[in-house]
Amino acid sequence: MLEVKDVHFRYSKPVLTGASVEVARGQLLAVLGPNGSGKSTLIKIIVGILTPERGSVFIEGRSRASMTRRQSAQLIGYVAQESAIRFPLTVMEFVLQGRFAQNRLIGFESQRDVREAERAMELTETTELAARPVTELSGGERQRVMLARALAVRPEILVLDEPVANLDIAHQVKMFEVVKRLTVDEGTIGIVVTHELNLAAEFATSVLLMKAGEIEAGGSPREVMTESLLRTVFDTDLMVDVNPASGAPRITLIAPRASQMLRSV
Amino acid sequence: MTTRTAMSKVASVRGRLPKRLTARRLLITISVLLTLLLIVGVFSLAIGSERIELGTVADVIAARLTGRISSASPEHAMIVASIRLPRVLMAITVGAALAVAGAAYQALLRNPLADPGILGVSSGAALGAITATIFTDALPVSRPVAAFVGAAATIAIVYILGQHRQGGGAERLILAGVIINALLSSIVIFLVTTAGARQRSVLSWLIGDMSGETRLLPVVALFVLTGIAAIYLNARGLNLMMTGEEDALVLGVETQRVKLIVYLAASLLTGAAVAVSGAIGFVGLIIPHAVRLAGGSDNRLVIPASAVAGATFLMLADTLARTVIAPRELNIGVVTALVGAPVFIYLLRRTS
Repeated sequence: MLEVKDVHFRYSKPVLTGASVEVARGQLLAVLGPNGSGKSTLIKIIVGILTPERGSVFIEGRSRASMTRRQSAQLIGYVAQESAIRFPLTVMEFVLQGRFAQNRLIGFESQRDVREAERAMELTETTELAARPVTELSGGERQRVMLARALAVRPEILVLDEPVANLDIAHQVKMFEVVKRLTVDEGTIGIVVTHELNLAAEFATSVLLMKAGEIEAGGSPREVMTESLLRTVFDTDLMVDVNPASGAPRITLIAPRASQMLRSV
Repeated sequence: MTTRTAMSKVASVRGRLPKRLTARRLLITISVLLTLLLIVGVFSLAIGSERIELGTVADVIAARLTGRISSASPEHAMIVASIRLPRVLMAITVGAALAVAGAAYQALLRNPLADPGILGVSSGAALGAITATIFTDALPVSRPVAAFVGAAATIAIVYILGQHRQGGGAERLILAGVIINALLSSIVIFLVTTAGARQRSVLSWLIGDMSGETRLLPVVALFVLTGIAAIYLNARGLNLMMTGEEDALVLGVETQRVKLIVYLAASLLTGAAVAVSGAIGFVGLIIPHAVRLAGGSDNRLVIPASAVAGATFLMLADTLARTVIAPRELNIGVVTALVGAPVFIYLLRRTS
């Protein structure tokens, strides 16, 4: 169980004002909200990049403030928004970085580390890429490799910040399928920040709607992804009906002109 | 050339490499490089205005090590042991220091263009060393220490100027280095000009010179060994930081501590090198780059391999410097810049 309790954070102005959320094992939580709503800040606090000004984060009942870097690193797999890598590390070397916290500071990776890396690469279908330099990968390959590094940790919590931002639709679906399998099917705690409302509705077990540093609503996709709530949060016109294939909420965006036409009908 | 085609060119070279670094591969690589260092070392001792037989060189060195008296002529024994050997040892120390400092700055700043010379750190060290020379010439240790302080202060300033809300681009950082370098160089020139009588020798030292200051060798070697060891102990952390500081933090690296230690150690290396040999450019740029190209980007290899390769390279450059226009000598900084500047241009085109 991951518990975030009444977390506050500010840069020059407040970014998070009292966010609380709980995610259980086997749950995949989608964090949704417009740009600047505090989504990334919230997950940076969860993974420990930022320290909250007030409030705290508990992992399996243990306060994360009381853990060392290495201790928390053994629990958390984190895939950040894509960053430029200028050094031609091989994919294998990159994925093995996920084993850092399991290792001594000096020396080399053990056979077990290599096995964990290979397993992570199998899960993300990146085994073929092992000897390639990460600088040479396509956007989709790089996202999968970053996920592989997070999985090599063997995390209790998997946190992804916009993992499908640079992917085509087929890769988007595939990425969410993999993440769902790893979390919902394998009993890991999953958190994903995304702008893809329909993918979130389809794959997430619960949804968090954020606006201006506060949590507007939380619950199952069906409870939360309603027309009125989504309109308020995103400040744009949209329609919600039911996806005939899966029964999940289906969100259709409506451009201002179309919205006028609808009203006049 | 587009980045992608250049990258795939690198990839085709890298394609022959194994997937990851192992202890065995590290050992083999370092052994090969050490053998090369030894061979170049013996040749450096033999070549010069007075050519000495390789056998004689070996005999003098062996005699030195075992404490017996060499069968070589006293002149030759003197040239090898007292003139060339200290100079070769100095080139080894300075070359190792500059190459490792370069590799460390590159990893910390996530920028393959970083180098103590380009970042202005060498100028900062030179300013420190000159200030110490002018004001406290009595203590031999004061110069490397002051150079270290100058180097550390400079990298702090350049780092802050190179920062950007989005994390700082490669070009912004290099630009900050160029500006600080220009500023510090002007101050150095000002100080040198007003220093008077010793102007010529100080100027020569500034461009890079291996001939003087052998009395500082033990102190400088100690600085350099400490600096390299400190950086090597953080090589795994540096590997992670190369791919992003926040990622490294989440994966368990104490990034603040690694940053502090490695910045200080790299400044120590630069300070030590500059204090004895002036601001020799480009070693920190070319050597780590060549090592990565041939052996991969894992810092557990890049750091020690750069140390040995940098030592060999500078020894070679110094041998060239004192033989090409013999009996006169070129400044070694001229030699390294002639090799290094084209490499920098190539790298700049590739990364931007």
